[in-house]
Order: sequence, then C-alpha cells, then structure tokens
Amino acid sequence: MFEAILLTVITASTPLVLAALGELVTERSGVLNLGVEGMMIMGAVCAFVAAQLTGSPYAGILAGILGGGIFSLLFGFLTLTLVANQVATGLALTILGLGLSGQIGEAFVGQPGIKLQPIVFPLLSDIPFFGRVLFSQDLIFYLSVALVIGIHWFLFKSRTGLKLRAIGDSHSSAHALGINVIRTRYLAVMFGGACAGLAGAQLSLVYTPQWVENMSAGRGWIALALVVFASWRPWRILAGGYLFGAVGIGQLHAQILAQNLGIVIPSQFLSALPYAATIVVLIIISHNRRTTLINTPASLGKPFVPDR
Amino acid sequence: MKKLIIALAASAALMGGFSTGAQAQEKKKVCFIYVGSKTDGGWTQAHDLGRQQLDKALGTKVETPFLENVPEGPDAERAIERMARSGCALVFTTSFGFMDATVKVAAKFPDVKFEHATGFKAAPNLATYNSRFYEGRYIQGQIAAKMSKKGVAGYIASFPIPEVVMGINAFELGAKSINPNFKLKVVWANTWFDPGKEADAAKALIDQGVDILTQHTDTTAPMQVASERGILAFGQASDMIAAGPKTQLTAIVDTWGAYYIKRTQALLDGTWKSEQIWDGLKDGILTMAPYTNMPDDVKAMAEETEAKIKSGELHPFTGPINKQDGSAWLKAGEKAQDGVLLGMNFYIEGVDDKLPQ
Amino acid sequence: MRIELQKRARVSTLFSVLSPLLALALTLLFGAIMFWLLGKNPVSALYSFFIEPLLEVWSLHELAIKAAPLILIAVGLSVCYRSNNWNIGAEGQFTIGAITGSILPVLYPAWHSPMILPLMLILGMLGGALYAGIPALLKTRFNTNEILTSLMLVYIAQLYLDWLVRGPWRDPQGNNFPITKTFQIEAVVPEILSSSGRAHWAFIFAIVAAVALWFMMRFMLKGFEVSVLGQSERAGRFAGFSARRMVWFSMLLSGALAGLAGISEVSGSIGHLQPIISPGYGFTAIIVAFLGRLNPLGIIASGLVLALTYLGGEAAQLSIGISDKVSRVFQGLLLFFVLSCDTLIHYRIRLIFSGMKTGEVKG
Repeated sequence: MFEAILLTVITASTPLVLAALGELVTERSGVLNLGVEGMMIMGAVCAFVAAQLTGSPYAGILAGILGGGIFSLLFGFLTLTLVANQVATGLALTILGLGLSGQIGEAFVGQPGIKLQPIVFPLLSDIPFFGRVLFSQDLIFYLSVALVIGIHWFLFKSRTGLKLRAIGDSHSSAHALGINVIRTRYLAVMFGGACAGLAGAQLSLVYTPQWVENMSAGRGWIALALVVFASWRPWRILAGGYLFGAVGIGQLHAQILAQNLGIVIPSQFLSALPYAATIVVLIIISHNRRTTLINTPASLGKPFVPDR
Repeated sequence: MKKLIIALAASAALMGGFSTGAQAQEKKKVCFIYVGSKTDGGWTQAHDLGRQQLDKALGTKVETPFLENVPEGPDAERAIERMARSGCALVFTTSFGFMDATVKVAAKFPDVKFEHATGFKAAPNLATYNSRFYEGRYIQGQIAAKMSKKGVAGYIASFPIPEVVMGINAFELGAKSINPNFKLKVVWANTWFDPGKEADAAKALIDQGVDILTQHTDTTAPMQVASERGILAFGQASDMIAAGPKTQLTAIVDTWGAYYIKRTQALLDGTWKSEQIWDGLKDGILTMAPYTNMPDDVKAMAEETEAKIKSGELHPFTGPINKQDGSAWLKAGEKAQDGVLLGMNFYIEGVDDKLPQ
Repeated sequence: MRIELQKRARVSTLFSVLSPLLALALTLLFGAIMFWLLGKNPVSALYSFFIEPLLEVWSLHELAIKAAPLILIAVGLSVCYRSNNWNIGAEGQFTIGAITGSILPVLYPAWHSPMILPLMLILGMLGGALYAGIPALLKTRFNTNEILTSLMLVYIAQLYLDWLVRGPWRDPQGNNFPITKTFQIEAVVPEILSSSGRAHWAFIFAIVAAVALWFMMRFMLKGFEVSVLGQSERAGRFAGFSARRMVWFSMLLSGALAGLAGISEVSGSIGHLQPIISPGYGFTAIIVAFLGRLNPLGIIASGLVLALTYLGGEAAQLSIGISDKVSRVFQGLLLFFVLSCDTLIHYRIRLIFSGMKTGEVKG
C-alpha cells in the first residue's frame, strides 16, 4: 500500500514540479509570468488533441511542449518587446488560455485518452521498496527529475546560467556587460512555457488521460507559489512539490482513517491542510532574511528597455 | 485611426438596422442556464443533451438558447433576467445554486415560466423538478454487494448536501439488502469538477482496500483509475462505458430530455402549471446504463430490482432502517417521506463516515 | 524586421488618450476577423458585446453591480502595487469580509435596527483588513513573501466559508442546503434607484473610494510616501518613510476595501451567504488595477469596461450563440491590445527592417 500511495503522490506532484521549474527559470531571468495556469491548460489540450489524432502519446508530449512554448511567446512579445506590465499580461494570458483551450478541445471532450505507458528499467525496478517507484515510471516523470538536475547545473555551474542570473539580478549591469537581455529573456519565457506545457501534457496523458475544460483546476497557481516557496532553487521545488502533493494525498487517506477510528474531522479542514502547510514551511525557511535576498532575482517583474 | 472610424461607422450603421430589424418570431423560446460547461462530461452535459433532444423533438416550434458557465450568485440573477427580457417563454435553471436568483426573477416576470432543478422554493410561475437518483443508487448498492469480494465499497463524494447524503444512504441500503455487513468508505473531494482530485480520491480509496468504486462527482477520472487498477466501478450522470469498457457495471444516466419535452409540450398546449416534480426511474428522468461486466444472475437481480422500483413495489427507503448511531428511524414497512429525504442530513447504519453537523 | 522602443522624454498626453481607443479599434478588427472565421456575423457579434448591454437601463444597473466589487478591490490593490506590496489574495479578503460582515444578520436575524447595516459594513472591512494583516505580519515579522501567503490564504478562506455555510451557519429551514438565512431587510445594502434596476450602494462606495484614493495619491503626503517607497525603498528611507509601516498600511487598506466589497456583494446582491460568492472578483480586480494604470480614476473606467465584456459575452452567447469560450478569448484579446497600446504612452515604437531604419511608424 505504501508503494501505491507513493506512486499517487508522484503523479499528483509531477505537474506542479514541472510547471514550477519552468517558471523558476523565467523568474531567474527577471521575468514574472503569472500565466502559468493558462500555459498549462494550453499544453494539456494540445497534448491531448495531438495524441488522439496521431495515436501516439509521445506526439502528445511534443505538442504539449510546443503548445505551451509558443503560447508563452505572446506573453514574451507583450512584456519584452512592448514592455507591457508583466503581472497584468500574465493574468490576461491565463484568461486567454482557458478560453482558447476550451475552444480547441471542444470536439475532444469525453473521448477516452491514450495513457502514456511507463518505461521500466529492467534491473533497477526490481530494487526492493523504491525500485518500482523510481524506475518504472513514464517519460514525463524521468524528464521532471532530469530537469531538476539539469536546471540546477545550468543555473549554478554553466556560464550561460550565470549570465541568466546576472540578468535577473540587474538587467542594466548585464546589458552593460554586453549580454543580450531581451533575447535571453525570450528564451527563458519560452522555456517556462514549454515546461508548463509539459506539465499540462502530464495532466491529459498521465494523471487523468482525458480532456475536460479547466482540467488544470488551479494547479498553475500552486506552481507559481512553489517557486517563491522554493526561494528560486530547483531542488527545493522538487521537495516543495512533493510535500504539497503528499499533504494533498495524505488528507484523503486521513479522511478514511478517521472514518475507521470514528472521528469527525470536517473535510474542509483537511482540504485546507496543503495550503496551511505551505505557509508554515515558508515562514520557517524565509526566516533567514539573508539567504532569501541572495536567491531572489532583484529585477523580477521590472521592465527593461535597452538604451541607445 | 482609420480602422477605428470604419469600425465605428459600421457599428453605427448597424445599430440603426438592428433596432428596426428585429425579426418577428413565431417560435417560442425555451431557455436554459447552466452552471458548468455544456461539455463537462457530467451534470451540465446531461442537461444539454436534454436540451438537444428537446430541439430535435420540437425544433419546429421552439428554439433553445442557453447560457453556460454562469457563476452562482449575482451573475446568475442577471443571466436569468436577461433571458426573461430576451423573450424566453420558459426558463430552466439547472443548478441548485440558482434557486434564490430564480425566485427573484420569477417574481419580477410573472408572465414568464421558470423551472428550477433540485430546489425547494416554488411560485405560481416557478416549478421545481428533480430526479430520484437514489433509486439508481440502491440498484448500484445491490450490485456492489454481489460483486465485491471484500464487502467494502468506496464512495467519492463532492459536498455534504442532502442529495449526496441521500445517495450514500441509498447505496448502503441496497448493499445491505444483499450483505448485511457491507461497509462503505466515503471520501469527500470537496469539488464537483477536478479530474485530478477525483482520481486521487479514487486511488486513495483503492489503496485503503475497497474493490468497488462509485462516485458523485462529474468527471470520468475515477472510472479511468478503477479501470487501470482492475476493479469495478459505477458511472455518474452519463454513461461512462467509454472510459471503462471492462470496468463499468452500470451508470445512473440523467435523461432530462423526456422531461424537457413533456414540459415544453405543456407550455405549447397552454397546460403548463407550477408543480414540484420529483420523477424517478418509471418516468424516464433517469435510466440505468446497460448492466455490463457482471454475471447473468447479478444482472437478472438488478433488472428485477429496477422493475420493482418502476412498478412502485419497492421503495428503497422502506423500514426497518436505523440511523448511523443505531437509533431507529423507520419502523418495519414504513416508507420515508419525500420531505425528509430532500433534506437528509444523517447517515444510516453501516456507513463508516461521520457527517459534520 | 524588428521592433525597437525609444523612451519618450515626457509621457505622451496624446497617447494617454489615444491608446485605449487604438486598443479598442484593434480589438474590434481582430474580434471581427475571429467571429467571421467562426462563421458568425462580426458586426452583430461586436454589437452585442459592446452596445447591447448599454442600451437598456436595467442592464446599466447590472453593469454597476458587476463593476462595483472590481473597482472597490482594484483601487485598494493599486495602492499596494504602487508601494511594491504584492497582495494577490484579495479574493480571500473579499471572502473573509463577507463572512465577518455577515455575523450580525446570521446570528441575530431578529435584530431590526438601522444600526445593523453600518455595523456590518464596518465588520466586513475589519475582517478583510485583519485577513490581509496576516501576510503583512508574516512579511514584516518573518520576511515571508506576501505573494505566496496571500494566495494560499485565498484557498483557506474559501474552505472556511464552505465549512461555515454547510455547518454552523446553515439555515435550519433551508432543507439542509448550504445557505444561511436570508438577511433581514435592515441588513441589506439598499438599491440606488430601485424603480429602474437593482444596482445598490456598493457602486457608490466604489466611486467614493476611488475618488478618495485618487485624492490621497495626488495631493496628500501619504500618496507621495506610497510612490516614493514603491520606486525605491532606499530613497523612502532617506525621506524618513518606513517601508515596514507601508506594508501594513497598504495591505490593511486593500484588505479593508476587499472586505467591504465582499460584505456589500453578499448583502446587496445575494442576500445570504453561500459556498460560492464570487466568480473570482479578487483576481479579475488585479487586471482591472493594471488596466487602469494603477490610477484610481483609471480603475473606474477599466472596471466598467471589464464588467461590460462580461455582460457583452452573455448577450452574445444568448443572441447569436457565441460560446463563452470565444467570449473569453475575445476578452483576452482586448486585454492584450490595451496592455500593448499603453506602451505608446511612454515609448516611441520603431519598426526596423534588416538593419535599415525606415523611420517612425507611429507616434
């Protein structure tokens, strides 16, 4: 049973981790894109439609990534080229995404989807206890773990990552050093969109292989919160995402256990647990003002126009 | 700038054309207001299918405009009023949360007829209608007791309203009529519509040892999970067989179409009057999806029960029934009153969950 | 081809006025193309979006009802955002304000006194302010990011409301449905002109709040303090302003206004508490605040425009069968065009073709 619960937690957490990772890179470059929910739902619908049309969930994954990535360009054009306000544009992107995805997916509602099958690593998956949990998963899960490692390496070990962080901390200084701020930010925004799209693909191909309107049901917002929660560090996103997922699944089991024991707990209180837990953990980790300041991209949300 | 002028000119020209050009309408308008999307796969979709059937049956005499995704609250009142003003002769408001808004608008427009689904407030021009879903739940309970090896079923519930509590009780009653020790585990998802959460709830129940699932939420996600995990399940609101061809035992299918046609016909004939209607299996307002994935004897039993309920021979809530705490509720042979059922806020014996009071 | 921006020396007054019109024109054009592609008559579609809701008096009332909470919340948020405090949990403060404001009519339904309504409004404001005080406290005391805490508190507030109306506050005569008793008449925010429609005083509150905050931002030291601290905390410190106090001020103010919006909505428009009391006003208000360029008077206009698109979307759905999904796409288009046209206020836009400057296209 424990193994099964772990698997459930992983499935519930993966979309949060993925979308948050993408947003982390975007925000590290100094851009705040509140449109994660919209990009995620676009990814979900593109992935589902492509998988249905081609019969291949892998085509779906690709379509999800492309869908989210291309959709985020709209945000990029407005906020980077036209320096529109990032908060408002992000929210508008969500409104647009929810509407557009509903329109695109209308003909596909109610069709049973194609589930992305796990890729089993022969020997590793036989390791007792965690073998099946870690090595008998679908491609998107492996990608999410690879992305955590990859993004950590990219941000803190690679030159380009250093440049990206430099832009996020002070776009004017970075510009003065000859770094192309706008181009880097475009790429970061698209990466964020692609990750959100991949998260959406996970929803419509793995979590619940189907398409219904609004199926992201607010997960994009949680992902946004996770980035802050993780103080812009990839490994903490992984931890935070799994913690959030675990509390959410745990409260369902708590309901059943409470029934077995004959205790009355209003289910609303249990449903509120993940949110309350997030706040509490955030208080604990943000208590140290210095580390928070180091990690927060200083020019987050501020527009940049190169001088000429 | 030029574009703007053109656009303005175009719309100005049109305004003139519009106010005079309102086409004379012979067809009566029968309007629908939905709380969700018409393709939500559950509650609203079932109502929209009903609307489409109405369109097919009486399309020459009526047209059927609708508003979807109308939030409960002041938006609902505006939307309903807009319908009344736009010439709707009959307005179906298809969510419980529209009750007070419907009551208010109905008072303002005495010449327009209103019908509110699942509510309890009526007026001379406001009827209420509901479906005896619990009849289907009882049949499901019986099937579950026959098919479950462990004698425990899982119930994914949305919110603790009488409708849902009634369904849980009916399911347990049906199950206990076959296996007196049958147990029911309830998980509250606190949502009508979130495929992810519904799937999580399904998985939690299965991990806690249930081997049959039933749901009172809107999406097919629990059915998909049941099918993956190789257990059996019941569909909700619409036939969910496509999501679980080897999983679905049967489903309670909301078939509002028959009702909508009946009431619209009454409107056309001039015989419409305000009633508080609570139809059941016999009236065709709900139907059971084909009994599948079960042995013939179970199927025969289910069909027999269905026939008995239709003929009125069997009322699921017939005593002796004890409340959850063991105290007596209905004496032997006593049938529950509709009013009690519609406001039900207690469990019967055998349900493991506790209702917060 | 690429687009290059050049900062204007001064804010362009011309484009401050023209930009919304240009945005509207672009929206009309693109909207028309979209409707045409969907096989709908573009002219009648645009007509039902922008004109139809304005033609009838009752519909104008509805516009005021829809715009009131948006404006009330957004003007409060504008002070927050100007001072660099990112309260995005107005939806939660709205909910808590509705709850605390409803304490009197729910618990004392037999109390018939003219005092009840003012007390309710005050309690609603207090509730909203206190709830916004949580992220303020966490920010000032523990350095916790207010974006995250205020957002998480939204979900908690909604679940709390859900529990209340299904449990302790449920109307005993309500067939066990999740609604409270209908408020007594003294506890209902009165209508402004009840003969012609149901718009109530919340709209007046919204206008008053907007004008008052406009005055504060424009003519009072506090407004100056907000702007200075928002632009640079360091500069603010030199001027003797406290960023910490500003967190409290802006959060409590926006919370109180969101709370006022909540109780006015519940009392004036709904008449009882129920699990869902807002279609996301607290979030939509964020867009309204930015569309209004964080200027309280601009917010009145943007609140009305956004409310209009909701009403228009409904009208279009009913009269020519444009789905609500298309309406939302259209709404998104409008927002995008408004946001991008505002660029012209601060910048000149140059189109540059393969390195060769072809001169200004606009401005």
